[in-house]
Amino acid sequence: MAEDAIFDLLHMEAVSYVFQGDKISEDEAVAKLEHMGFATGYRLVERLTRESGRFKDELDIMKYICKDLWVNVYRKQIDNLRTNHQGVYVLHDNRFRFLSHMAAGKQYLQYAPRYLAFTCGLVRGCLANLGITCVVTAEVTQLPACKFQIQVQRG
Amino acid sequence: MSRQGVRPADSKKVSGELFTLTYGALVAQLLKDYENVDDVNRQLERMGYNIGVRLIEDFLARANPGRCYDLRDTADKIQQAFKLYLGITPSIGSWNPGGDEFSVVLETNPMAEFVELPEHCLGLRYSNILAGIIRGACEMVQMEVMAWFIADQLKGDNVTEIRIKFVKRLEDAIPAGED
Repeated sequence: MAEDAIFDLLHMEAVSYVFQGDKISEDEAVAKLEHMGFATGYRLVERLTRESGRFKDELDIMKYICKDLWVNVYRKQIDNLRTNHQGVYVLHDNRFRFLSHMAAGKQYLQYAPRYLAFTCGLVRGCLANLGITCVVTAEVTQLPACKFQIQVQRG
Repeated sequence: MSRQGVRPADSKKVSGELFTLTYGALVAQLLKDYENVDDVNRQLERMGYNIGVRLIEDFLARANPGRCYDLRDTADKIQQAFKLYLGITPSIGSWNPGGDEFSVVLETNPMAEFVELPEHCLGLRYSNILAGIIRGACEMVQMEVMAWFIADQLKGDNVTEIRIKFVKRLEDAIPAGED
């Protein structure tokens, strides 16, 4: 779809903006992207779930993230969802959209985390607005596949 | 209660919202990073330029618009690009007598859908990225143009208006080291 191209380019610009110059550390830049993702996700999920019913439980919310949210944002579903039933969820995406144009294999592996930070924030923002406080991290060993780990904070 | 799958009509609308919200988060971050709104305007224009330089390729491949033979042609294609990427059809008008300057008028601005400008940001040209995109895209098809906002709904105007001025045609450069 045409609007996807412009969203992809905007995301690329956001990434290259936070990493420009050498004054800023990698961590700080990633934190900024994560924050942008959080703000986006927090608002987006409010628009998306306007007409949907109540969620049964935490797992139901995670399924929503894997299916509806992912389809809306990345045009595909998460390929695999795993959980230890103690608040840790791992989402596998075998062909993550922001990485799919970069490489197949290990080339540019060191730059991959930059393109995942926004999405980590996006997921965290969505969950925050649905009442789940969590930490989201991403891991990539082979482009364009990656996995997101969601650790729910209880207490 | 079970939720239905995503309906296609909705998902299209939502993807526009995703873009709007992401852009909003980016502008908010820029305002935090720079003290001066003029710097934010400049940075947004630069980002738009970078997007435009790439977006033109997508546009040429997708819409296959062919070459522009005059500026009216260009204006039509800019209109077509707005339709394709933002889902709106702006009107083109206010040509100057020389025929090298025109306006793109947006009745609604999808970039600014959920936006309210606070008092201290009155100098901010919120959608300035659009001006950059137009400049970058035109440059890749050998046209140097200037694009700037002359009216903005966020500042109380009735419409959002982008003014575009043709500067010069860029000639193909001879690659370095060749005669």
